[in-house]
Amino acid sequence: MSGLITRRNFLRGSAVAGSGLILAGCDQFDFLADKSGVARQVMERANVLTYTAQRALIGEQTLAREYAASEIRQGQRPNGSVDPSTPEYTFLKMQDFASYKLTIKGMVDREVSFSLDELRNMPARSQITRHDCVEGWSCIAKWTGTQLGPLLDMAGVKSTARYAVYHCYDNIQRTLSGDILYYTSSDLIDAYHPQSILSYGLNDQVLPVSNGAPIRLRIERALGYKQPKYLHTIELVGDLAPFGKGRGGYWEDTGYDWYGGI
Amino acid sequence: MSDETAMTASKGPLIYRQSIWTRVTHWIWAICLFFLLLTGLQIFNAHPALYIGQQSGFEFENSVLEIGAINTDAGPRGQTTVFGQNFDTTGLGLGMSGAAERPVYTAFPGAVTIPSYRDLGTGRVVHFFFGWLFVATMFVWFLASFINGHIRRDIVPMPKDIAGVPKDVADHATLRFKHGRTYGPLQKLAYFGVFFILFPLIVLTGLTMSPGMNAFAPWMIDLFGGRQTARTIHFITMLLLVAFFIIHIVMVVAAGPINELRSMITGWYRASPGTPSVEGDKP
Repeated sequence: MSGLITRRNFLRGSAVAGSGLILAGCDQFDFLADKSGVARQVMERANVLTYTAQRALIGEQTLAREYAASEIRQGQRPNGSVDPSTPEYTFLKMQDFASYKLTIKGMVDREVSFSLDELRNMPARSQITRHDCVEGWSCIAKWTGTQLGPLLDMAGVKSTARYAVYHCYDNIQRTLSGDILYYTSSDLIDAYHPQSILSYGLNDQVLPVSNGAPIRLRIERALGYKQPKYLHTIELVGDLAPFGKGRGGYWEDTGYDWYGGI
Repeated sequence: MSDETAMTASKGPLIYRQSIWTRVTHWIWAICLFFLLLTGLQIFNAHPALYIGQQSGFEFENSVLEIGAINTDAGPRGQTTVFGQNFDTTGLGLGMSGAAERPVYTAFPGAVTIPSYRDLGTGRVVHFFFGWLFVATMFVWFLASFINGHIRRDIVPMPKDIAGVPKDVADHATLRFKHGRTYGPLQKLAYFGVFFILFPLIVLTGLTMSPGMNAFAPWMIDLFGGRQTARTIHFITMLLLVAFFIIHIVMVVAAGPINELRSMITGWYRASPGTPSVEGDKP
C-alpha cells in the first residue's frame, strides 16, 4: 500500500469511529441540553428560521383547517394541569366563575376587563379544529368563543407593542419557593388571527375545568402549549425578557420553541 | 509483457468517480441523519404510539404501533404492540431498558436517543436544526447532480439497468462486485429510491406534522391521509432509511472499504480490472 491508510489502521479507525457513534446516544451529546451552550444557541437559530419562513409563507389571515362535525370522535384529551390549586382559582371555581374577569393591560390605550357573561354575549365563533400536542398526538374538537382581535381593539394596542403575554391561574409547577404559574405568549399576528378565540365552550358544552375553564385561548396554527388554559390576563408588551426566564412561556423556558407552529 | 503492465492490467484504472458536490453532501447528510434519527427517537418517546388518520384514538382504536411497559406477574416488562399483536420487547430495550435494579421506562432506550434522558425540548431543537441542514443539502445535491450529470448517469435507472437487475442480483449474491465507471443496476435502484422517494417522503411527512404548514398547504394533510398517518409514514420512512444505512455499510465493507471510502473522501476510485481507461484516469 502506498498510502498512509493501511488496512489495520483503517479497521482500528473504523472500530473507534463506530463505537463512538454507538456510544454517542448515551451521553456525548447531552451537552446540547445546556441552553447557555454555544452549540445549543446556534441550533436554536433554526427555530427563528422556521418562524421567519412560516410567517413569510403563510398569510396572516390564513385559517387552520376546520373539520366536519363527524370528525369529533372523542372528548378533548386533557393534558398538563387539569385542576389548578391556586387560592384564586379554587375560589373562582367554587362560585362557578361568577366573579371571573379577563383583563387586557400593558401597552394599551386603556386597560379593559370582561366578565364571563360579557364574553359569552359577544359575537361567537365555533370551529372544529385539530389540537396537536407537542408530544405528537392529535385530537379534534369543537371550540366556541369570541375572537380576541376585537377585544384588543377595544383596549387599543399601542404601536410599540410586539407581543401578547397570556397569564394563567395554572400553577403547573409547585416548588419549595412557591408556585410557578403557566404563561405563554404570541406575536400580534397570532393574537389577531380570526381563529384566535377566547373559548368558553368545548364540544357544545361549557368548557370543563380539565380543559381550561373558564377561558382557554385557541391559537389554532400552533401546538397545544400555545393554547393557554385558565387564562386571566393578556398583557401587551414590547419585550418578553421580564417574564419567567425570558423565553416567552412556561414550556418555552424549559426549552420548547417560542413560535410553536412546528 | 513486463511486470509493471501486468500489475496495471490486474488493477484497473483509478477513476475520478465522485464530484466534490457528491462527497460534501454525502458527509453532511451522514451527520444530519445521525442526529435526526437519535433526536427523532427522543421525540417519538414523548408519545410512543402511531396512528392512522387525522387524530390519535384515545376513545377509539386507530393505533398501529405502541411501545410501552406493562405489569405482569413476573414484574414489569417492555411491550410493543403492532396491529394489535403484543410482543415482549424487554430484551430489545423497547418499552423498558437499563439495569434490572434501576429500569427505565421509555419506548426507545437512552442509548439511542439524544439527549440520553427525556428532554423533548432539546430533541426538537436539534431535530429541526438538522432538518433544515438536511433539506438545504438536498437542494444543493439535486441542483449540482442535475447539472453535472450525476443523476442522469448514476441515479435514474434506465431500461438496460432494469434488464440487468437479475444478473446484478446474482453477482451480489456471490459477492462478485463490478467496480465500474457508473453505478450498477441495484445501486441505481437503491439510490433512486433514497433520493427520489425516501428523502422527499420524510421531508414532506415531517412538514405535514407542522400546524403552521397545515394552514399553508392543507392538501398535504390529504395527500398523506391525515396528520397522524403522516407521522406514521415519517416513522416507517425512518425505518427504511435505517435499513438502507445497514445495507450501505455492509456493501461498503464487502466491496472494499478502503477503495469505497477513498472515493467518497478524495473522489478517486479504483475500477475493476478490465475497465477501459479514458482521459483523466490515473493508472
